[in-house]
Amino acid sequence: MTKDECKQAVVAIIADIAPDEDLSNLKSDVRLRDQLQLDSMDFLDIVMELRKRHGIEVPEADYGQLASLDSCAEYLTPKFNAQAAKS
Amino acid sequence: MNTRSDYDVAIIGAGLSGLAAGIRLAHFGRRVCIFERHNAPGGLNSFYSLAGRKYDVGLHAVTNFVRPGTKGTPLAKVLRQLRIDRDEFDLCEQKRSRIAFGPAGETALHFTNDFAFFESEIARVFPAQAAGFRALTDLVRTTPFGAPTPLSRPILRQHLSEPLLVEMLLCPILFYGGAQAHDLEFSQFAMLFDAIFREGLSRPFAGIRTILHVLLDKYRQAGGERRMKCGVKQIVEQAGRAAALVLDDGTEITATQVISSIGAPETAALVAAAAPPEIGGGPGRISFVETMSIFDRQPAALGWGEDTIVFFNDSPQFAYDRPAGPVDVRSGVICFPNNFEFGGGRQLAEGIFRATCLANYDAWTGQPEAAYRASKQQWFEQVQTSARRFLPPVADSALAAATVSTDMFTPRTIERFTGHRNGTIYGSPAKVHSGATGLANLYLCGTDQGLLGIVGSMLSGIMMANQHVLRKTDPGP
Repeated sequence: MTKDECKQAVVAIIADIAPDEDLSNLKSDVRLRDQLQLDSMDFLDIVMELRKRHGIEVPEADYGQLASLDSCAEYLTPKFNAQAAKS
Repeated sequence: MNTRSDYDVAIIGAGLSGLAAGIRLAHFGRRVCIFERHNAPGGLNSFYSLAGRKYDVGLHAVTNFVRPGTKGTPLAKVLRQLRIDRDEFDLCEQKRSRIAFGPAGETALHFTNDFAFFESEIARVFPAQAAGFRALTDLVRTTPFGAPTPLSRPILRQHLSEPLLVEMLLCPILFYGGAQAHDLEFSQFAMLFDAIFREGLSRPFAGIRTILHVLLDKYRQAGGERRMKCGVKQIVEQAGRAAALVLDDGTEITATQVISSIGAPETAALVAAAAPPEIGGGPGRISFVETMSIFDRQPAALGWGEDTIVFFNDSPQFAYDRPAGPVDVRSGVICFPNNFEFGGGRQLAEGIFRATCLANYDAWTGQPEAAYRASKQQWFEQVQTSARRFLPPVADSALAAATVSTDMFTPRTIERFTGHRNGTIYGSPAKVHSGATGLANLYLCGTDQGLLGIVGSMLSGIMMANQHVLRKTDPGP
Protein backbone atom coordinates (compact mmCIF):
# COMPACT_ATOMS: atom_id res chain seq x y z
CA MET A 1 0.00 0.00 0.00
CA THR A 2 1.22 3.49 -0.83
CA LYS A 3 0.90 6.46 1.47
CA ASP A 4 -1.74 7.90 -0.85
CA GLU A 5 -3.80 4.74 -0.65
CA CYS A 6 -3.45 4.84 3.11
CA LYS A 7 -4.78 8.41 3.17
CA GLN A 8 -7.69 7.31 1.01
CA ALA A 9 -8.51 4.54 3.46
CA VAL A 10 -8.54 7.06 6.32
CA VAL A 11 -10.69 9.51 4.36
CA ALA A 12 -13.12 6.68 3.56
CA ILE A 13 -13.48 6.03 7.29
CA ILE A 14 -14.00 9.71 8.10
CA ALA A 15 -16.62 9.93 5.34
CA ASP A 16 -18.58 7.17 7.06
CA ILE A 17 -18.32 8.41 10.62
CA ALA A 18 -18.86 12.09 9.77
CA PRO A 19 -21.07 12.15 6.67
CA ASP A 20 -21.97 15.77 7.42
CA GLU A 21 -18.39 16.95 6.78
CA ASP A 22 -17.14 18.16 3.41
CA LEU A 23 -13.99 16.16 2.68
CA SER A 24 -13.35 17.37 -0.86
CA ASN A 25 -10.64 19.88 0.01
CA LEU A 26 -8.79 18.24 2.86
CA LYS A 27 -5.21 19.39 3.24
CA SER A 28 -2.82 16.56 4.08
CA ASP A 29 -0.46 18.61 6.19
CA VAL A 30 -3.08 20.37 8.33
CA ARG A 31 -4.44 18.83 11.52
CA LEU A 32 -7.79 17.13 10.85
CA ARG A 33 -9.24 18.83 13.94
CA ASP A 34 -8.41 22.22 12.40
CA GLN A 35 -10.24 21.47 9.16
CA LEU A 36 -13.14 19.38 10.37
CA GLN A 37 -15.35 19.29 13.42
CA LEU A 38 -13.97 16.09 14.92
CA ASP A 39 -13.96 15.46 18.64
CA SER A 40 -12.38 12.73 20.74
CA MET A 41 -15.40 10.48 20.16
CA ASP A 42 -14.82 10.74 16.41
CA PHE A 43 -11.13 9.91 16.78
CA LEU A 44 -12.08 6.89 18.85
CA ASP A 45 -14.25 5.85 15.91
CA ILE A 46 -11.39 6.25 13.44
CA VAL A 47 -9.34 3.93 15.64
CA MET A 48 -12.18 1.45 16.05
CA GLU A 49 -12.92 1.39 12.31
CA LEU A 50 -9.22 0.83 11.52
CA ARG A 51 -9.36 -2.24 13.68
CA LYS A 52 -12.71 -3.42 12.37
CA ARG A 53 -11.99 -2.92 8.68
CA HIS A 54 -8.26 -3.45 8.45
CA GLY A 55 -7.25 -5.30 11.58
CA ILE A 56 -4.96 -2.44 12.59
CA GLU A 57 -4.42 -1.69 16.26
CA VAL A 58 -3.69 1.84 17.39
CA PRO A 59 -2.86 1.97 21.10
CA GLU A 60 -4.27 4.97 22.96
CA ALA A 61 -0.76 6.38 23.46
CA ASP A 62 -0.44 6.69 19.67
CA TYR A 63 -3.72 8.52 18.98
CA GLY A 64 -1.66 11.69 18.43
CA GLN A 65 -0.15 10.07 15.34
CA LEU A 66 -3.53 10.43 13.63
CA ALA A 67 -3.52 14.25 13.79
CA SER A 68 -3.23 14.94 10.04
CA LEU A 69 -3.55 12.83 6.91
CA ASP A 70 0.22 13.06 6.42
CA SER A 71 0.93 11.84 9.93
CA CYS A 72 -1.72 9.11 9.50
CA ALA A 73 0.07 7.96 6.34
CA GLU A 74 3.46 7.95 8.06
CA TYR A 75 2.16 5.99 10.99
CA LEU A 76 -0.38 3.68 9.39
CA THR A 77 1.16 2.71 6.03
CA PRO A 78 3.71 0.34 7.63
CA LYS A 79 0.88 -1.14 9.71
CA PHE A 80 -1.26 -1.67 6.61
CA ASN A 81 1.68 -3.33 4.87
CA ALA A 82 2.49 -5.52 7.84
CA GLN A 83 -1.16 -6.57 7.95
CA ALA A 84 -1.12 -7.35 4.20
CA ALA A 85 2.03 -9.43 4.63
CA LYS A 86 0.31 -11.49 7.33
CA SER A 87 -2.59 -12.58 5.17
CA MET B 1 -30.37 -17.71 18.36
CA ASN B 2 -30.67 -16.23 21.81
CA THR B 3 -29.35 -19.29 23.51
CA ARG B 4 -25.86 -18.11 24.31
CA SER B 5 -25.05 -17.82 27.98
CA ASP B 6 -21.86 -15.79 27.82
CA TYR B 7 -21.41 -12.33 26.31
CA ASP B 8 -18.76 -9.69 26.04
CA VAL B 9 -21.28 -7.17 27.35
CA ALA B 10 -24.69 -7.58 28.93
CA ILE B 11 -26.92 -4.51 29.01
CA ILE B 12 -29.79 -4.27 31.47
CA GLY B 13 -32.75 -2.37 30.02
CA ALA B 14 -33.79 -1.64 26.42
CA GLY B 15 -34.43 2.06 26.90
CA LEU B 16 -32.80 4.70 24.75
CA SER B 17 -29.50 4.61 26.64
CA GLY B 18 -29.24 0.82 26.65
CA LEU B 19 -30.07 0.59 22.95
CA ALA B 20 -27.53 3.29 22.07
CA ALA B 21 -24.82 1.54 24.10
CA GLY B 22 -25.77 -1.73 22.42
CA ILE B 23 -25.49 -0.27 18.92
CA ARG B 24 -21.98 1.05 19.60
CA LEU B 25 -20.77 -2.22 21.04
CA ALA B 26 -22.36 -4.48 18.44
CA HIS B 27 -21.07 -2.27 15.64
CA PHE B 28 -17.55 -2.80 16.89
CA GLY B 29 -17.87 -6.55 17.10
CA ARG B 30 -18.73 -7.11 20.74
CA ARG B 31 -21.10 -9.94 21.51
CA VAL B 32 -23.86 -7.96 23.22
CA CYS B 33 -27.22 -8.84 24.63
CA ILE B 34 -29.81 -6.44 26.02
CA PHE B 35 -32.12 -7.86 28.68
CA GLU B 36 -35.49 -6.11 29.00
CA ARG B 37 -38.19 -7.07 31.46
CA HIS B 38 -41.07 -5.69 29.40
CA ASN B 39 -42.32 -6.69 26.01
CA ALA B 40 -41.89 -3.19 24.57
CA PRO B 41 -38.59 -1.33 24.31
CA GLY B 42 -38.13 2.28 25.33
CA GLY B 43 -38.13 2.28 29.12
CA LEU B 44 -39.10 5.77 30.24
CA ASN B 45 -39.82 6.70 26.63
CA SER B 46 -42.09 4.05 25.26
CA PHE B 47 -45.55 3.63 23.86
CA TYR B 48 -48.54 1.45 24.42
CA SER B 49 -51.74 0.58 22.66
CA LEU B 50 -55.13 0.98 24.21
CA ALA B 51 -58.39 0.48 22.34
CA GLY B 52 -56.59 0.58 19.00
CA ARG B 53 -54.69 3.80 19.75
CA LYS B 54 -51.00 4.16 20.28
CA TYR B 55 -50.02 6.46 23.11
CA ASP B 56 -46.53 7.78 23.69
CA VAL B 57 -45.27 7.73 27.25
CA GLY B 58 -42.51 10.05 28.28
CA LEU B 59 -41.95 11.99 25.12
CA HIS B 60 -43.40 15.50 25.13
CA ALA B 61 -40.73 16.84 22.88
CA VAL B 62 -37.27 15.78 21.82
CA THR B 63 -35.04 18.47 23.33
CA ASN B 64 -31.54 19.29 21.99
CA PHE B 65 -32.94 19.93 18.52
CA VAL B 66 -30.48 21.66 16.17
CA ARG B 67 -30.86 22.27 12.47
CA PRO B 68 -28.73 20.39 9.94
CA GLY B 69 -25.16 21.61 9.80
CA THR B 70 -24.95 22.53 13.50
CA LYS B 71 -22.04 20.44 14.68
CA GLY B 72 -20.62 19.51 18.02
CA THR B 73 -23.99 19.45 19.81
CA PRO B 74 -25.43 16.39 21.58
CA LEU B 75 -27.80 15.60 18.68
CA ALA B 76 -25.00 15.82 16.09
CA LYS B 77 -22.81 13.58 18.25
CA VAL B 78 -25.54 10.97 18.69
CA LEU B 79 -26.27 10.84 14.96
CA ARG B 80 -22.60 10.38 14.12
CA GLN B 81 -21.80 7.88 16.79
CA LEU B 82 -24.80 5.71 15.93
CA ARG B 83 -24.38 6.18 12.15
CA ILE B 84 -27.90 7.56 11.87
CA ASP B 85 -28.92 9.86 9.05
CA ARG B 86 -30.84 12.73 10.64
CA ASP B 87 -33.76 12.25 8.24
CA GLU B 88 -34.34 8.84 9.80
CA PHE B 89 -35.50 10.48 13.05
CA ASP B 90 -37.90 12.73 11.14
CA LEU B 91 -37.50 15.48 13.73
CA CYS B 92 -40.03 18.27 13.22
CA GLU B 93 -39.59 21.56 15.04
CA GLN B 94 -41.96 22.98 17.62
CA LYS B 95 -44.23 25.84 16.62
CA ARG B 96 -43.98 27.94 19.75
CA SER B 97 -43.95 27.23 23.46
CA ARG B 98 -44.71 29.31 26.50
CA ILE B 99 -43.86 29.74 30.15
CA ALA B 100 -47.01 31.13 31.79
CA PHE B 101 -47.12 32.39 35.37
CA GLY B 102 -50.02 33.87 37.33
CA PRO B 103 -53.58 32.65 37.99
CA ALA B 104 -54.34 32.59 34.25
CA GLY B 105 -50.82 32.84 32.90
CA GLU B 106 -50.82 36.64 32.75
CA THR B 107 -47.02 36.83 32.65
CA ALA B 108 -45.84 34.84 29.66
CA LEU B 109 -42.50 34.23 27.99
CA HIS B 110 -42.69 32.58 24.60
CA PHE B 111 -39.88 30.61 23.04
CA THR B 112 -39.13 28.89 19.78
CA ASN B 113 -36.04 27.13 18.47
CA ASP B 114 -34.49 30.54 17.76
CA PHE B 115 -32.73 31.57 20.92
CA ALA B 116 -32.66 35.21 19.79
CA PHE B 117 -36.46 35.20 19.97
CA PHE B 118 -36.34 34.03 23.58
CA GLU B 119 -33.83 36.79 24.39
CA SER B 120 -36.20 39.32 22.83
CA GLU B 121 -39.05 37.95 24.96
CA ILE B 122 -36.97 38.37 28.13
CA ALA B 123 -36.20 41.96 27.05
CA ARG B 124 -39.88 42.62 26.27
CA VAL B 125 -41.28 41.27 29.55
CA PHE B 126 -38.36 42.06 31.85
CA PRO B 127 -36.49 44.96 30.19
CA ALA B 128 -34.24 45.54 33.18
CA GLN B 129 -33.06 41.90 33.13
CA ALA B 130 -31.76 41.65 29.56
CA ALA B 131 -28.09 42.25 30.45
CA GLY B 132 -28.24 39.86 33.41
CA PHE B 133 -29.81 37.21 31.21
CA ARG B 134 -26.98 37.58 28.68
CA ALA B 135 -24.43 37.14 31.46
CA LEU B 136 -26.29 34.07 32.69
CA THR B 137 -26.29 32.65 29.16
CA ASP B 138 -22.52 33.17 28.97
CA LEU B 139 -22.09 31.32 32.25
CA VAL B 140 -24.24 28.46 30.94
CA ARG B 141 -22.13 28.29 27.82
CA THR B 142 -18.90 27.92 29.78
CA THR B 143 -20.13 25.45 32.40
CA PRO B 144 -18.90 21.96 31.53
CA PHE B 145 -21.19 18.99 31.95
CA GLY B 146 -20.64 17.03 35.10
CA ALA B 147 -18.56 19.67 36.87
CA PRO B 148 -19.50 19.76 40.55
CA THR B 149 -21.43 22.99 40.94
CA PRO B 150 -23.60 24.68 43.57
CA LEU B 151 -27.39 24.88 43.28
CA SER B 152 -28.85 27.03 40.52
CA ARG B 153 -31.32 29.38 42.20
CA PRO B 154 -28.68 31.42 44.08
CA ILE B 155 -26.62 31.71 40.88
CA LEU B 156 -29.67 32.80 38.90
CA ARG B 157 -30.46 35.40 41.56
CA GLN B 158 -26.94 36.80 41.29
CA HIS B 159 -27.59 37.52 37.62
CA LEU B 160 -31.28 38.38 37.71
CA SER B 161 -32.75 40.81 40.22
CA GLU B 162 -36.35 39.92 39.29
CA PRO B 163 -37.36 36.81 41.31
CA LEU B 164 -40.29 36.11 38.97
CA LEU B 165 -37.92 35.62 36.04
CA VAL B 166 -35.76 33.27 38.10
CA GLU B 167 -38.81 31.12 38.85
CA MET B 168 -39.99 31.26 35.25
CA LEU B 169 -36.63 29.96 34.02
CA LEU B 170 -36.45 27.22 36.64
CA CYS B 171 -39.98 25.98 35.88
CA PRO B 172 -39.36 24.33 32.48
CA ILE B 173 -35.92 23.18 33.50
CA LEU B 174 -37.10 21.42 36.64
CA PHE B 175 -40.13 19.93 34.89
CA TYR B 176 -37.90 18.53 32.14
CA GLY B 177 -35.16 17.18 34.33
CA GLY B 178 -35.34 17.98 38.04
CA ALA B 179 -34.56 14.86 40.07
CA GLN B 180 -34.65 16.65 43.42
CA ALA B 181 -37.03 19.10 45.02
CA HIS B 182 -36.83 22.88 44.51
CA ASP B 183 -33.53 23.22 42.70
CA LEU B 184 -30.80 21.41 40.79
CA GLU B 185 -27.06 21.66 40.40
CA PHE B 186 -26.02 24.48 38.11
CA SER B 187 -24.25 22.14 35.69
CA GLN B 188 -27.55 20.25 35.29
CA PHE B 189 -29.34 23.58 34.84
CA ALA B 190 -26.85 24.53 32.14
CA MET B 191 -27.28 21.25 30.31
CA LEU B 192 -31.08 21.57 30.34
CA PHE B 193 -31.00 25.29 29.46
CA ASP B 194 -29.01 24.38 26.35
CA ALA B 195 -31.28 21.44 25.56
CA ILE B 196 -34.52 23.43 25.84
CA PHE B 197 -33.68 27.04 24.98
CA ARG B 198 -30.36 27.35 23.15
CA GLU B 199 -31.06 24.22 21.12
CA GLY B 200 -34.76 23.44 21.01
CA LEU B 201 -37.81 21.21 20.90
CA SER B 202 -38.86 18.80 18.19
CA ARG B 203 -40.75 15.58 17.62
CA PRO B 204 -40.83 12.83 15.02
CA PHE B 205 -44.18 12.86 13.24
CA ALA B 206 -44.99 9.37 14.53
CA GLY B 207 -43.61 10.07 18.01
CA ILE B 208 -41.18 7.97 20.00
CA ARG B 209 -41.85 4.88 17.86
CA THR B 210 -39.82 6.37 15.02
CA ILE B 211 -36.74 6.75 17.21
CA LEU B 212 -37.12 3.33 18.77
CA HIS B 213 -37.54 1.64 15.39
CA VAL B 214 -34.39 3.29 14.06
CA LEU B 215 -32.42 2.19 17.12
CA LEU B 216 -33.78 -1.36 17.04
CA ASP B 217 -32.98 -1.67 13.33
CA LYS B 218 -29.42 -0.42 13.79
CA TYR B 219 -28.90 -2.72 16.72
CA ARG B 220 -30.16 -5.76 14.88
CA GLN B 221 -28.17 -4.95 11.74
CA ALA B 222 -25.03 -4.62 13.86
CA GLY B 223 -25.61 -8.11 15.21
CA GLY B 224 -26.85 -7.25 18.69
CA GLU B 225 -29.15 -9.62 20.53
CA ARG B 226 -31.99 -8.71 22.80
CA ARG B 227 -34.21 -10.70 25.05
CA MET B 228 -37.55 -9.16 25.80
CA LYS B 229 -39.78 -10.14 28.75
CA CYS B 230 -36.55 -11.25 30.30
CA GLY B 231 -35.43 -9.05 33.15
CA VAL B 232 -32.38 -9.40 35.34
CA LYS B 233 -33.36 -10.22 38.91
CA GLN B 234 -29.93 -10.53 40.45
CA ILE B 235 -26.35 -9.50 39.88
CA VAL B 236 -24.08 -12.08 41.49
CA GLU B 237 -21.07 -10.43 43.06
CA GLN B 238 -17.74 -12.22 43.38
CA ALA B 239 -14.43 -10.63 44.35
CA GLY B 240 -15.68 -7.15 43.60
CA ARG B 241 -17.01 -8.00 40.16
CA ALA B 242 -20.38 -8.76 38.61
CA ALA B 243 -19.68 -12.44 38.09
CA ALA B 244 -23.06 -13.47 36.69
CA LEU B 245 -26.58 -12.25 36.05
CA VAL B 246 -29.61 -14.24 37.12
CA LEU B 247 -32.54 -13.70 34.77
CA ASP B 248 -36.19 -13.63 35.82
CA ASP B 249 -36.62 -17.20 34.63
CA GLY B 250 -33.72 -18.35 36.81
CA THR B 251 -31.21 -18.78 33.98
CA GLU B 252 -27.72 -17.59 34.74
CA ILE B 253 -25.65 -15.77 32.17
CA THR B 254 -22.16 -14.34 32.32
CA ALA B 255 -20.62 -11.30 30.68
CA THR B 256 -17.19 -9.72 30.77
CA GLN B 257 -18.79 -6.34 31.33
CA VAL B 258 -22.25 -5.25 32.41
CA ILE B 259 -23.94 -1.92 31.71
CA SER B 260 -27.09 -1.16 33.66
CA SER B 261 -29.53 1.49 32.48
CA ILE B 262 -32.15 0.85 35.15
CA GLY B 263 -31.05 3.48 37.67
CA ALA B 264 -28.48 3.68 40.47
CA PRO B 265 -30.52 2.51 43.49
CA GLU B 266 -32.35 0.00 41.26
CA THR B 267 -29.02 -1.47 40.13
CA ALA B 268 -27.63 -1.55 43.67
CA ALA B 269 -30.74 -3.44 44.78
CA LEU B 270 -29.99 -6.24 42.27
CA VAL B 271 -26.53 -6.91 43.65
CA ALA B 272 -26.46 -9.94 45.86
CA ALA B 273 -23.44 -9.43 48.08
CA ALA B 274 -22.56 -9.51 51.74
CA ALA B 275 -21.93 -5.76 51.53
CA PRO B 276 -23.98 -4.44 48.59
CA PRO B 277 -22.38 -1.45 46.87
CA GLU B 278 -23.68 2.03 47.38
CA ILE B 279 -24.25 3.54 43.98
CA GLY B 280 -25.07 7.22 43.94
CA GLY B 281 -27.65 8.17 46.56
CA GLY B 282 -31.09 6.91 47.43
CA PRO B 283 -34.04 7.02 45.06
CA GLY B 284 -35.60 10.36 44.16
CA ARG B 285 -38.98 11.56 45.41
CA ILE B 286 -40.23 13.50 42.41
CA SER B 287 -42.98 11.83 40.40
CA PHE B 288 -45.80 12.87 38.12
CA VAL B 289 -49.26 12.14 36.86
CA GLU B 290 -50.15 12.76 33.25
CA THR B 291 -53.58 13.00 31.70
CA MET B 292 -54.19 12.44 28.01
CA SER B 293 -57.26 13.39 26.02
CA ILE B 294 -57.79 12.42 22.41
CA PHE B 295 -60.03 14.60 20.26
CA ASP B 296 -61.66 14.15 16.88
CA ARG B 297 -60.07 17.41 15.70
CA GLN B 298 -56.87 19.40 16.02
CA PRO B 299 -56.44 21.43 19.24
CA ALA B 300 -56.38 24.61 17.14
CA ALA B 301 -59.82 23.73 15.77
CA LEU B 302 -61.10 23.62 19.36
CA GLY B 303 -59.86 27.16 19.84
CA TRP B 304 -56.73 26.30 21.80
CA GLY B 305 -54.26 27.95 19.48
CA GLU B 306 -50.95 26.54 18.39
CA ASP B 307 -48.88 26.29 21.56
CA THR B 308 -46.54 23.31 21.48
CA ILE B 309 -45.66 23.14 25.19
CA VAL B 310 -46.96 25.34 28.01
CA PHE B 311 -45.17 25.35 31.36
CA PHE B 312 -47.59 26.84 33.85
CA ASN B 313 -47.60 27.98 37.45
CA ASP B 314 -50.46 29.90 39.02
CA SER B 315 -48.44 32.11 41.37
CA PRO B 316 -45.12 34.01 41.28
CA GLN B 317 -43.37 31.37 43.42
CA PHE B 318 -42.73 27.99 41.83
CA ALA B 319 -42.82 25.00 44.20
CA TYR B 320 -41.18 21.93 42.68
CA ASP B 321 -41.55 19.20 45.26
CA ARG B 322 -43.39 16.05 46.17
CA PRO B 323 -46.85 17.39 47.03
CA ALA B 324 -48.51 16.65 50.37
CA GLY B 325 -51.64 15.42 48.59
CA PRO B 326 -51.82 13.07 45.60
CA VAL B 327 -51.25 15.80 42.98
CA ASP B 328 -50.10 19.42 42.93
CA VAL B 329 -52.22 21.08 40.27
CA ARG B 330 -50.85 24.58 40.87
CA SER B 331 -48.20 24.01 38.25
CA GLY B 332 -47.67 21.66 35.36
CA VAL B 333 -46.86 21.11 31.73
CA ILE B 334 -49.26 21.03 28.80
CA CYS B 335 -48.18 19.33 25.59
CA PHE B 336 -49.98 19.43 22.25
CA PRO B 337 -48.18 16.86 20.06
CA ASN B 338 -50.13 18.24 17.09
CA ASN B 339 -48.38 21.58 17.25
CA PHE B 340 -45.08 20.80 15.58
CA GLU B 341 -44.16 21.84 12.02
CA PHE B 342 -44.59 18.42 10.43
CA GLY B 343 -44.24 19.69 6.90
CA GLY B 344 -45.46 18.05 3.72
CA GLY B 345 -49.08 18.74 4.64
CA ARG B 346 -48.86 16.19 7.44
CA GLN B 347 -50.95 16.46 10.56
CA LEU B 348 -51.67 13.98 13.32
CA ALA B 349 -54.97 12.21 12.68
CA GLU B 350 -56.40 13.13 16.07
CA GLY B 351 -55.98 15.97 18.52
CA ILE B 352 -53.97 15.17 21.63
CA PHE B 353 -53.90 17.16 24.87
CA ARG B 354 -51.49 16.05 27.55
CA ALA B 355 -51.22 17.66 30.97
CA THR B 356 -48.60 16.69 33.54
CA CYS B 357 -48.44 17.62 37.23
CA LEU B 358 -46.25 16.74 40.21
CA ALA B 359 -47.57 13.80 42.20
CA ASN B 360 -46.95 11.98 45.46
CA TYR B 361 -45.89 8.37 44.97
CA ASP B 362 -47.06 7.19 48.39
CA ALA B 363 -50.55 8.55 47.82
CA TRP B 364 -50.88 6.53 44.61
CA THR B 365 -49.55 3.20 45.78
CA GLY B 366 -50.90 0.67 48.17
CA GLN B 367 -54.51 1.61 47.47
CA PRO B 368 -57.02 -1.09 46.61
CA GLU B 369 -57.85 -1.17 42.92
CA ALA B 370 -61.28 0.46 43.22
CA ALA B 371 -59.97 3.39 45.27
CA TYR B 372 -57.07 3.83 42.86
CA ARG B 373 -59.45 4.05 39.92
CA ALA B 374 -61.64 6.53 41.72
CA SER B 375 -58.61 8.71 42.53
CA LYS B 376 -57.56 8.60 38.92
CA GLN B 377 -60.94 9.80 37.77
CA GLN B 378 -61.07 12.55 40.35
CA TRP B 379 -57.57 13.84 39.66
CA PHE B 380 -57.95 13.56 35.91
CA GLU B 381 -60.63 16.24 36.14
CA GLN B 382 -58.62 18.43 38.48
CA VAL B 383 -55.44 18.28 36.40
CA GLN B 384 -57.25 19.16 33.21
CA THR B 385 -59.30 21.90 34.84
CA SER B 386 -56.16 23.44 36.27
CA ALA B 387 -54.24 23.25 33.00
CA ARG B 388 -57.10 24.75 31.02
CA ARG B 389 -56.77 27.98 33.04
CA PHE B 390 -53.69 28.69 30.93
CA LEU B 391 -55.37 28.10 27.57
CA PRO B 392 -58.01 30.07 25.70
CA PRO B 393 -61.40 29.12 27.16
CA VAL B 394 -63.25 26.25 25.51
CA ALA B 395 -66.69 25.26 26.80
CA ASP B 396 -66.88 21.97 28.71
CA SER B 397 -69.63 20.80 26.40
CA ALA B 398 -67.56 21.47 23.27
CA LEU B 399 -64.64 19.61 24.77
CA ALA B 400 -66.76 16.66 25.82
CA ALA B 401 -68.30 16.45 22.36
CA ALA B 402 -64.86 16.35 20.71
CA THR B 403 -63.31 13.83 23.13
CA VAL B 404 -62.95 10.33 21.78
CA SER B 405 -60.73 8.82 24.44
CA THR B 406 -58.82 9.59 27.63
CA ASP B 407 -56.15 7.95 29.71
CA MET B 408 -53.96 8.80 32.65
CA PHE B 409 -50.76 7.51 34.16
CA THR B 410 -49.67 7.86 37.76
CA PRO B 411 -46.52 7.22 39.83
CA ARG B 412 -47.78 3.67 40.23
CA THR B 413 -47.90 3.19 36.44
CA ILE B 414 -44.41 4.63 36.05
CA GLU B 415 -42.96 2.29 38.65
CA ARG B 416 -44.73 -0.72 37.16
CA PHE B 417 -43.42 -0.12 33.66
CA THR B 418 -39.98 1.32 34.33
CA GLY B 419 -38.99 -0.26 37.62
CA HIS B 420 -38.00 3.19 38.87
CA ARG B 421 -38.47 3.28 42.63
CA ASN B 422 -40.89 5.96 43.84
CA GLY B 423 -42.15 6.30 40.27
CA THR B 424 -39.43 8.79 39.41
CA ILE B 425 -38.88 9.98 35.86
CA TYR B 426 -35.58 11.77 36.41
CA GLY B 427 -34.18 9.16 38.76
CA SER B 428 -31.97 9.68 41.72
CA PRO B 429 -30.80 13.20 42.76
CA ALA B 430 -27.17 12.08 43.09
CA LYS B 431 -25.92 11.54 39.56
CA VAL B 432 -22.97 9.22 38.90
CA HIS B 433 -21.23 10.94 36.00
CA SER B 434 -18.42 8.39 35.80
CA GLY B 435 -20.88 5.50 35.57
CA ALA B 436 -18.79 3.64 38.15
CA THR B 437 -20.62 1.40 40.59
CA GLY B 438 -18.06 -0.06 42.97
CA LEU B 439 -18.12 -3.35 41.07
CA ALA B 440 -15.17 -3.35 38.69
CA ASN B 441 -17.01 -4.44 35.55
CA LEU B 442 -20.46 -2.95 36.21
CA TYR B 443 -21.33 0.53 34.92
CA LEU B 444 -24.38 2.74 34.83
CA CYS B 445 -25.80 4.51 31.83
CA GLY B 446 -29.01 6.48 31.38
CA THR B 447 -30.86 8.83 33.68
CA ASP B 448 -28.74 8.28 36.79
CA GLN B 449 -25.52 8.86 34.89
CA GLY B 450 -26.75 12.43 34.62
CA LEU B 451 -27.65 13.04 30.99
CA LEU B 452 -31.33 13.69 30.46
CA GLY B 453 -33.89 13.76 27.71
CA ILE B 454 -34.12 11.55 24.68
CA VAL B 455 -30.92 12.78 23.05
CA GLY B 456 -29.14 12.90 26.41
CA SER B 457 -30.09 9.29 27.19
CA MET B 458 -28.68 8.08 23.90
CA LEU B 459 -25.52 10.11 24.47
CA SER B 460 -25.17 8.59 27.93
CA GLY B 461 -25.26 5.06 26.52
CA ILE B 462 -22.73 6.03 23.86
CA MET B 463 -20.35 7.67 26.33
CA MET B 464 -20.42 4.82 28.79
CA ALA B 465 -19.91 2.22 26.03
CA ASN B 466 -16.98 4.23 24.66
CA GLN B 467 -15.38 4.95 27.99
CA HIS B 468 -15.75 1.66 29.79
CA VAL B 469 -15.74 -0.88 26.98
CA LEU B 470 -14.39 0.34 23.66
CA ARG B 471 -11.50 2.40 25.01
CA LYS B 472 -10.19 -0.51 27.01
CA THR B 473 -7.77 -2.60 25.00
CA ASP B 474 -8.90 -6.09 24.35
CA PRO B 475 -8.03 -8.80 21.86
CA GLY B 476 -10.86 -7.70 19.55
CA PRO B 477 -12.97 -9.96 17.44
